[in-house]
Formats: sequence, structure tokens, C-alpha cells
Amino acid sequence: MKNLKSVSILFFASLLFIACSSDDENPEPVNEEEIITTVTVTLTPDDGGTPVTLVTRDLDGDGPNEPVITVSGNLNANTSYNGDIILLNETEDPAENITEEVVEEAEEHQFFYTIAGGLNASTEYSNYDSDDNPLGTKFILSAGDASAGTLTFTLRHEPKKPNDGTLGDAGGETDIEATFNVTVE
Amino acid sequence: MRTYALVILVLYSITAISQNCNNNLSGTVKDSHDNSPLVGATLIVAGTEQAVQTDLDGNYTITGLCNQEYSIQISHPECLTKGYTIKVSGATTKNFKLEHHLEELNQITIDGKVYKDKSKTLIQSGLSIEEIEKFSNGSLGDALNSLSGVSSLNTGNTVVKPLINGLHSSRVVIINNGVRMEDQEWGSEHAPNVDINSAGKLTLIKGAGALQYSGDAVGGVIISEAAKVPVKDSLYGKTLFSAASNGRGTTVSSQLTKSYQNGWFGTVQGTLKRFGDFETPDYILSNTGTSERNASINIGLNRFDYGIEGYYSIFKNEIGILRASHLGGAQDQINAINSREPSIIRDFTYNIDAPKQDVTHHLARLKAFKRFESIGKLSFQYDFQANHRLEYDIRRGDDKDKASLDLDLKTHTIMLDLESKLSNSLNLKSGILGRYQNNFADPNTGVRRLIPDYDKYEIGAYLIADYDLNDDWLLEIGGRFDYTYMDVFKFYRTSFWESRNYDQLFPEIVVEELGNQILTNPEYNFYNASGTVGTTYSFNEDYKLFFNYSLASRAPNPSELFSEGLHHSASRIELGDLRFNSEIGHKFSLTFQREKNVFSFSINPYINIINDFIVIEPTEIQQTIRGNFQVWEYRQTNAELLGVDIDASYSFAENFRFEHQFSLVKGYDRTNDTPLISIPAVNTKNGIVYQKPELNSLRLSLQSEYVFRQNEFPNTNFEVFIPETQTTEIVDVSTPPEAYHLLDFDSSIDFKLNNKSTLTVGLGIKNLFNTSYRNYLNRLRYYADDLGRNFLLNLKIDY
Repeated sequence: MKNLKSVSILFFASLLFIACSSDDENPEPVNEEEIITTVTVTLTPDDGGTPVTLVTRDLDGDGPNEPVITVSGNLNANTSYNGDIILLNETEDPAENITEEVVEEAEEHQFFYTIAGGLNASTEYSNYDSDDNPLGTKFILSAGDASAGTLTFTLRHEPKKPNDGTLGDAGGETDIEATFNVTVE
Repeated sequence: MRTYALVILVLYSITAISQNCNNNLSGTVKDSHDNSPLVGATLIVAGTEQAVQTDLDGNYTITGLCNQEYSIQISHPECLTKGYTIKVSGATTKNFKLEHHLEELNQITIDGKVYKDKSKTLIQSGLSIEEIEKFSNGSLGDALNSLSGVSSLNTGNTVVKPLINGLHSSRVVIINNGVRMEDQEWGSEHAPNVDINSAGKLTLIKGAGALQYSGDAVGGVIISEAAKVPVKDSLYGKTLFSAASNGRGTTVSSQLTKSYQNGWFGTVQGTLKRFGDFETPDYILSNTGTSERNASINIGLNRFDYGIEGYYSIFKNEIGILRASHLGGAQDQINAINSREPSIIRDFTYNIDAPKQDVTHHLARLKAFKRFESIGKLSFQYDFQANHRLEYDIRRGDDKDKASLDLDLKTHTIMLDLESKLSNSLNLKSGILGRYQNNFADPNTGVRRLIPDYDKYEIGAYLIADYDLNDDWLLEIGGRFDYTYMDVFKFYRTSFWESRNYDQLFPEIVVEELGNQILTNPEYNFYNASGTVGTTYSFNEDYKLFFNYSLASRAPNPSELFSEGLHHSASRIELGDLRFNSEIGHKFSLTFQREKNVFSFSINPYINIINDFIVIEPTEIQQTIRGNFQVWEYRQTNAELLGVDIDASYSFAENFRFEHQFSLVKGYDRTNDTPLISIPAVNTKNGIVYQKPELNSLRLSLQSEYVFRQNEFPNTNFEVFIPETQTTEIVDVSTPPEAYHLLDFDSSIDFKLNNKSTLTVGLGIKNLFNTSYRNYLNRLRYYADDLGRNFLLNLKIDY
């Protein structure tokens, strides 16, 4: 009797075994939804000259390929520029505009601009979140005398807000860190 | 059972009719456990009221019986009384078997031990139910941590992974109620999904010698078993309530068991645990709360010669991960490491937000056994496990409340085991196993799969023999073979596929090319042989020497083969290698043991040589749009771990006992001649215990734990350029923290409530001096200190 029971259990179990074999369909690919592949900073001069664009593009995200950085031209000395930052996810087709999400969640984001290496320029935020703390997808860049150096854009997710304007004080998690070599002439 | 026998007796006494009767009924009465003759068993024949007793050889003879059916009641002082119906026809021979009384709790019976030995030549250490209950608030890893040779790899203080003699994750096999846990144990931040409150006993085997469970336990085996249920009419249970000041949490666990003399039993058990943010001496660890809900039910029939049992448990755990540990690139890492406090400290809350883990583990088991006189005890087991793991990261926009990782791992196993006693000195254990496993990674997360979809099939067989050469020597030898077939569907980034030259090496496994991804179908066959040989020598009553050699062979796990991408909780890019083969470990272990009341000790030196050891280590820095990340690549090398574990206990005065533990392990990469990463530092525990059984079982203990600084570690620091300061800074991810000393106090006292119920009250203080410290084996040590002082209250009612 007991043996019969054991045998029937064994049979039942092996049935389950077979029944659970999966079908052979290929799994569907995952396109990273949040990844930012492309940062485009457009600097439009107040005086109506040709805009300068700074682009960094990394289509394989955290894959082995490094980002490709392009700077369309030099800045003019003693000129004020309206800066506009666009973030795209180009792994999707059509490309998804991530800037919109960042603006929607302005309270949880902030851009920081770091000028270094002798570049003579200064920046100022020109858009803010609902608490009147800086967001910075739009800004004003004032180029000073002729010089060359680096301009770094850092987007922090969930920084301390308000902060003293430094990355160290703001904390949070880095979503973007893009450094461009810029010349003012 | 007894009343049943009596009723039959009465019925038969009515219908018995006198005939011409001069037949003899004779035979023996034996103990059903070991076939030893039972002396002085009484046989009463219903109707005639004739009574005889068995002689010194267990023989009996009843005279003057007729050709008819008789009802015979057999009793013995140490056995259950049993009734039989016997048809007498002429001179009849009938042999009876009686089963010993199983009166006391937890006293079943095989080889005189409540729980069976798992290995006879590897020393086993373990925790009894009383010791386990002290960890009701904690986890399996916390409880095991109290044993010598075991440390833990932590992610915060709620994800606690046991580390045996320096090895962890896939190298440590956990057996929960006879079922090998398949709960994505490969991840170093995946804690075992076992409710510590459901364990009746924990056994630790520091090696792969327990081949009946697995052949790939390069590190060791941990066995959790439920408390044994006695074969008698009984209803009992216990309720544990514990509260802790740190984390402001409570745990309630209850268990109720009903058992019957006929062998039927049922146990239900449940645990609820809720903790808020934990605290260091100086600040709150934001988002480190946990919420755990577990339940299990076990129903079965346990007779001596057969039994069947069904078990089901559900384990559900939500664990917050320190908010400040979720980082972007290297610059965030520098800030976090250089700052003394975590970057995010909020007010205390019970809420658990992202980053967090949410794990559900179902385990169902059906087991049956039958004892055959000729071949031994044959057991069959089928078990099913479903593990569902969700991990939440800090996300943006529509994905905010969506898991970043959603894995569903299902495992079916069937096993057939045979335990045979070939002679008084030779025991044989053998078995076969079949397993099917399916992993499904939900693509709806919007994050590329960390672990790919796969099907895995395993077949295994083992044979272990132990032989008592004489009273002093015991030999054990065993072998096991496992075959594994894996069928995987993995998407690679085209850029990675090409940078690794996989496009040249494995063009045949490409299924489809989709934009910047490639779908591949790798298939694997692993053949793993493992074995053990060992001996135990008993010098006299007190001293024993154990020697064991174990060969373990472990197939690479999916994470080692297929990792490819950013691992947020570690802020690093992890890369596997699909060309890996199995790692082979040779462990030699020697134990010298003295077991005596006043002074007992054990010294256990060992060496573990592992070929093709799979290790992950940093190789380069990768630039991404999110900043720079360190790349960690899995690599195979030859490793060597050696160490010693020492335990000692000395009763230096009446009621006082001194307890000592010392663990040392060194790990080296022999190919590169460098130390291995994440090897526990030398540590020693020393305690004084005062116990006065006659004073309400009063127990007071003071324990000191000293953890040395780990001075041997690979230097994996890297440099990164910080645009803000125009400087190049070192990211110090390898320097271990300083040594630390912790003092714990623990006490308990029993109060008898009535003749069935006992109340045990326990009070404890962990980290008495509120010491700030960081633990080398805590993955969050870069970001925050470990726990500060913690007051514990434990209440237990046995009923």
C-alpha cells in the first residue's frame, strides 16, 4: 500500500517535472528606459551669433565604449550665452527626451556647472523648481576674456536642496557627469 | 492504541469458543529498531487469560491453543503495548516486533541521537534550540556567526550571508528541512531565505564531506532542521516575543504542535518581524528597516517502519538598503568614503523606500520513507521552491515605483535515498537526485537583465560508507557525481560582445542581432565529481581525532558566467565570463577534540586548495556618461585558504564557565601571489557564563568579541580625476577598517507558570559600550558605521 503511494507520488512528481519545461520562444529584449545616452548643451549668444553645441554621446551606456564628445566651436570673449541642456535616450526609437522627466521632478534634480583649468567664464541658473531652488536645465554662461579650460556639467538626483552650490554639499547621486574642453577667443 | 487493543480483547473474549485444543504458538519478540531480543515481554492471550513471558533470548511459547484466531496483547516495560490477531493452526510460529517508547520530547532514536550525524569524520558544530532562540530578532546568518570559523558577509545589518572558513555565496550550501535552498544564493547581497525561528537545530559542516546533500559545497554546508515531533499524544507549543531598542523593532514567533501516539503529527509555525531604521552610536542609518513575515505547516505520519510528511513554508522579507549607499560614479564614491557620516541622514521611520529588496520564497516538500528489513530505509522526496526577488533602485519618472530587478527562480527536485546497515559496523548511504530549475527575468523592469533566462537540469548520485574498524577507529568514504546541463538565453551589448572577442569565439551561439544588442543561446554541460575520505580515532573516553579530505567541484553560477553591467548597490560594473569551467576544491581538515564536563576543547586546522577559483576583482576604470566606474571582472585562478578554528570551555568554579573561540583564516591567490579579497580578519570571542539551574535556571553571561584589523588584502584602489578641484584623487575601496572590541551581556531566567507552562525572560545588551566601528566584511562599511548599543528583551512561553 505504502509502496503504491510512493510510486504514485513519484509518478506525479515526474509529471510536474515534465510539465514545467518551458517553451522555446526567445525572450524579449529589454531597452534601458532610464539610460541617458546623449547630453546636448546649446549655448546661444545674446548677440544673435552662431550657437555653440557641446555634445557627449554614449550609445552603449555602461558598456565598454567610451562617450564621444564633440564641441562645435569656440566661445566669443565677453559674451553672454543662453544655455539649454537636452538629455536623450537614443537607445529608443524615436529617442526619448529625458529632460522632460527631469523638469517634472525638478525638486529632486539639480545641475551643477564646474568651470576649471583656467577658463574665464561664469554661470548663473535661469530655471528653478517650485521651491525656488535652482534646477539648471537652463542657465546663462558669461564668457570673460580669452582663455581655455574645462566646463563640467553634473546632474545630481536627489541632492540636498537647498545647498551651497557645491557638489560636495549637495550630495545625491550623479546621473550625468560630462566634461568639455572649451576655448574662449 | 491501547484502548483499541483492549476493545479487541474484550470482543474476542466473548466469542472465544472452547475446542479440542493442544497447539503451541511460539516465536520471538524483538526490538523493531535493532532486532535485539526483548527480554521479559509479556504476552497475554485474550479469552484464555493465559500469560507468558519471553526468556533471555526473547523466545516465548504459549501452549494449549485451538485452531482458531486469537487476539494477543504484548507488553514490555520499555515498549508500546501492542495487540495482534493470530491464526493458530497446529504448531504455529510467530515473531513479533515491538517499538520502544518514545516518551520524551525530541528523543527519536536513530543511533541514539536526536538528529543524525551528517558527516562522521568532519567535526560538526551547531546551535541548539535554546541558542537559536536568542537570535529570534536576527537572521540565520547572525545565529551562525556565533560559531567559530563562521563570519558573515553583510550588506548593512539585515542582509547577513554566512561565510564559512572564508568562503560564501554559491560555495556554502544551505539545507532547510531537507531541501537544498535555491534562492539565488549566488549574489553576495542575497541573504538566505530561512526563518531562523523555524529552526529546531542548526548544524554546520565546514567542508564538502556531507555528500548526501551536495558535492559543490567548497566552503561548507549549513543544515537547518525543524524540531522533532514525539510519537505520543501531546499538544504543545511556544510563543516568543522579542523587542530591541536599536531599530525599535519587535519579533513575534509562535509554534504549535499536535502529535498522536499512532504517529500522526502536525505543526504550524509563524513569525512576524518589524524593524525601523537602525542606529549607530552617532546617527540613524536611514532606510535600513525590515519587515519579515513567515509561516510554515508540517503534517505527517511517523511510524518506525514507514512515514510520510508534507511541509510547506513561505518566507517574505522586505529589506531597506541604506539610502546613502546608492551612488553614481567614482566621484560620489570619493565623497562617501571621505565623509565620516553617510550623506543622507533622516529622522527615524519604519517606512522602507528604495533602494530595497523584496523577496518571497515558497518551499513545499513531500517526503515518504519505508524501512525494509532487507535493504534498509528507503526515502523519497519531492520538493518545489519558488523564489521571487524584487530589487528597487532610486529611479526617475514613470519607473519610480518599478523594480529594477525582477527574478523568478523555480526549482523542482526529486530524490531517492537509501540508508542501509550492512552489518553492525558498516553503514551505507546512497541516493540519486534529479533537479529542474528555471529562471525568468521579467523584461518589464526597463533595466537589462542582470541574470539571464535559463533552464537548468541536474542529475546526481552519491554513495557514502562508514565502517567501524574497531571501538577506536571509524573510516568514512564517499563519492558523488553530478551532471548539469544549462540552456541560457542571454542578451549581450554588441559593444561588449565584440570587445571580448566573443564574436570571433562564439559566432555559433548568436540567435539574433537587435540594434545594439545580441541575443545568444549558450549551452553548458558540467560534469562534477566530488568525494570524501576520512577517519575518526577515539583515544579514550575523552579524546577524539578527526581527519577528513574532501574534494568539491562546483559549476560556475549564472552571475559568474553572465554578469555584464552596472551593479548599483556596489557602484561598479561587473563582468562575467562565459568561458568558465568548474572550480575544484581540495580541503584537508584535522580536528583534535576533548569532550569532558570540566574542560573541553577542539582545535581544527585546515587547508583548502581551490583550482580555477572564481574571483571578482577590479581591472580598469570605465568612463560613462554618469561618470567613471570601476570595472570588476570575474577571473579564474588558483586559491589557497588555510586557517585554524579553536573552541574551548572550562568550568573554573561551581556554576561558572569560561568560553573561548578563536578563528584565523588566510586566503591567497596563488597565481598572482596576492591576498584574496574579503577574507575575515582574525577574531576571538571570550565569555564568562554563570548558570544556576536550581535558581530558576538563571543564566548570566558576558561576552567579549575582539576583531583584529585585516592586514592582508589586495590593493584595489584606483585614481580618478575630479573636475571640480582639478585634482586626481585615490578612491580607497580596499583599506580595511581598524580593529574593534565589542562587549555583550546576556541573561535569562525561567518561571514556572503551571505544571505545563514555563515563562523564560531574557535581557541582553549588545555593544555595551556603544562603540563606533566598521566591519571589513560589511559591504556598506564605506558609507556608515555599524550598529550602536542595543537593548534586547526576550519573552518565551512554552506550553
